Amino acid sequence: MGFGLWPQPEAYSRKPTGFIMAELRTETMTVNMGPQHPSTHGVLRLVLELDGEVVRSIRPTIGYLHTGIEKTAEQKKWQQVVPLVERMDYLGAQSNSLAYALSVEKLLGLEMPQRVKDIRVVIAELQRIASHLVWLGTHALEIGAVSLLFYAFRERELLMNINELIAGFRFFPSYIRIGGLREDLPRGFHEAVNAFLDRFPGKVDEFEGLLSRNDIFLRRTQGVGVIAADGALAWGLVGPIARACGVDYDVRRYFPYCGYETYNFEVPTEQEGDVYARYCVRIREMRESVKICRQAITRITPAGAWACDDPRVVPPPKDKVYTEMEALIQHFLIYSQGFTVPAGDAYVPVEGPRGEHGVYVVSDGTNRPWRIKMRAPSLLAIQALPTLVEGGLIADVVAVMGSTDVVMGDCDR
Amino acid sequence: MDSHAIITALTPLVPGAAYEAGASIDFATIYVPADRLVDTCLALRDAPSLRFNVLVEVTAADYFPRDPRFEIVYHLVSIPNRLRLRLKVRAGEKGAVPTVQGVWPSAGWLEREVWDMFGVVFDGHPDLRRLLMPEDWEGHPQRKDYPVQIRKPAQTYEPLEISEEEFKANIERDRARRTAR
Amino acid sequence: MALDAHTSASASVASLRDATDPELPLITTTVEKIVQWARRSAIWPAQFGLACCAIEMMAMVASRYDIARFGAEVFRGSPRQSDLMIVAGRLSRKMAPAMRRVYDQMPEPKWVISMGACASIGGVFDNYAIVQGVDQVVPVDVYVPGCPPRPESLIYGIVQLQQKIARSRA
Repeated sequence: MGFGLWPQPEAYSRKPTGFIMAELRTETMTVNMGPQHPSTHGVLRLVLELDGEVVRSIRPTIGYLHTGIEKTAEQKKWQQVVPLVERMDYLGAQSNSLAYALSVEKLLGLEMPQRVKDIRVVIAELQRIASHLVWLGTHALEIGAVSLLFYAFRERELLMNINELIAGFRFFPSYIRIGGLREDLPRGFHEAVNAFLDRFPGKVDEFEGLLSRNDIFLRRTQGVGVIAADGALAWGLVGPIARACGVDYDVRRYFPYCGYETYNFEVPTEQEGDVYARYCVRIREMRESVKICRQAITRITPAGAWACDDPRVVPPPKDKVYTEMEALIQHFLIYSQGFTVPAGDAYVPVEGPRGEHGVYVVSDGTNRPWRIKMRAPSLLAIQALPTLVEGGLIADVVAVMGSTDVVMGDCDR
Repeated sequence: MDSHAIITALTPLVPGAAYEAGASIDFATIYVPADRLVDTCLALRDAPSLRFNVLVEVTAADYFPRDPRFEIVYHLVSIPNRLRLRLKVRAGEKGAVPTVQGVWPSAGWLEREVWDMFGVVFDGHPDLRRLLMPEDWEGHPQRKDYPVQIRKPAQTYEPLEISEEEFKANIERDRARRTAR
Repeated sequence: MALDAHTSASASVASLRDATDPELPLITTTVEKIVQWARRSAIWPAQFGLACCAIEMMAMVASRYDIARFGAEVFRGSPRQSDLMIVAGRLSRKMAPAMRRVYDQMPEPKWVISMGACASIGGVFDNYAIVQGVDQVVPVDVYVPGCPPRPESLIYGIVQLQQKIARSRA
């Protein structure tokens, strides 16, 4: 790995020897980073112990964004929890609601129509692209390539437009509900998605043209923050971080949900396990997501089923509510009491933008959840941060942190 | 592999442990006695037919009026064998669960979070401090007998700020250390 | 001296010509007006993102919405260089002391925009962990509703703040 003129990190840590330096007394310096710091992706606090430029130890402190969502969710009815879980990992919002909906549907024993599954796949993959775009922009910004933020957010706005189209909300559409979707796809959805899919691969080329062969970017990322495959698995970093060191574990491949086994896509892996490998994996994942979206969008008919036909969960259509007494009662029940979910527990993992997402749901048979627990890939990534950066340079801390793509809302919940 | 198959595979590896298959609708679930948890986890990680090499989640659920009150839930994944497994350990309010940090290092913060949120003590955990809540917080918020809303003014000072006496003592100590050198 | 149309309308600016040198432009105004104009036209927000709203704040800075049109694009990493704190997101009780410290580090004059429902009143998170409104911790000038607010809403909030600065005594 070419560092060129730059000395290797070990060179800094070498004990100063010789006539002049022997007189100097050295001691480590403790630097506090955060909780308000421009590059911490939110409110993460790091206490660094520095020996010159070299990081001797790093102690992350989290919890500055602890929101108590899991406790609040226990007070809500099942369907009302969907907006709450979307605010946990706010960049991968619809992966969260997908994981939650799948878990509760598992408890209810619901099977979705194929069209609903395909729409969910499209939405989850677009969400992955949106999340990776924010990661790309901020990661490059932190390393010094400011302009990429503007390119990445320009593309992300198109995805926000699609969100706005399907639910009238840019950020947290709450479109994926227990029992299906909120409503049918709007007119123009296919055109909007297809237009994005046609445009986007060229834009990924543009991003890669700015970064992939950029000498400064390569020097800042190659050979930095290396973790081996067994280390990544021991720290539970399943997701893009593990794929960057050669583990081909992807929930979509290993434990398929929403019919992912019927799609033709690759699981991108790299062998190096450094920051650059994680960059490559995420860039290739965006291309694979485009591929999956293309397949899914051709399967979706313009009109059709958008929810399962279980009257316990899905309210009857509006015209029946106005004309039939039973439908009116059912509508009233669903919107006042909510539905009950059989007692038990379930955990359905999905492949979110940051790795394995999943909601562990416990029901006691009432209309409110007994316990909701979101698996937090960011929490595990921050836990493993010391193994990634210790012994490296202080300037690399920001690069490594950016490459783990932590979201504090996911970490602290 | 369902719960019974995993118990059958585990029993010769961990002699004397009484496992219990749990009811589940998604993947295998077994109840493990707390005193044999670490042995069981080592066997689950290392036995060739199991090879559960990733611990993806440690959490707990509080079934309040029931006794024992807590269930600690471990979610395991075996990437070589494409298996998932849920371990459950029952713990009372006073009881402790051994840490599995020696088996999977990822358990460290997850167990800290469970302690923070539920107050379940993990025996042998090297760093059992608050993870999400402030250091001086009282109580364990995720317990069912803990209120959801708390009306109290937001703190605007640093709870760990040092007093004037401590500051002077630190200066004196540093000075003494410097002269000794 | 170039003043934008908005200022010259409100600031009773009159241009006088020196009798000896007809080419020399002159503007008379009050110090107060000129200070207000300078303060409101170059607001430097602190880079203080807490949660989801911070992403919309970034979207406001980025290509489509481009807050540079309103002169508030210079986000500073250090609170000592900034005069606007946009509280973007929910404020937990653990973060409250840190946020107060960031606010105290900002030089006068300083303003605070409370962005989003969580920052304004706690939003949907009415629970033990979240401060129910950042006005318990810092004085707030402008509240922007939404969960999260659209970038346009935040821009409107900044424009409102500019008008507030224009009305304030320098």
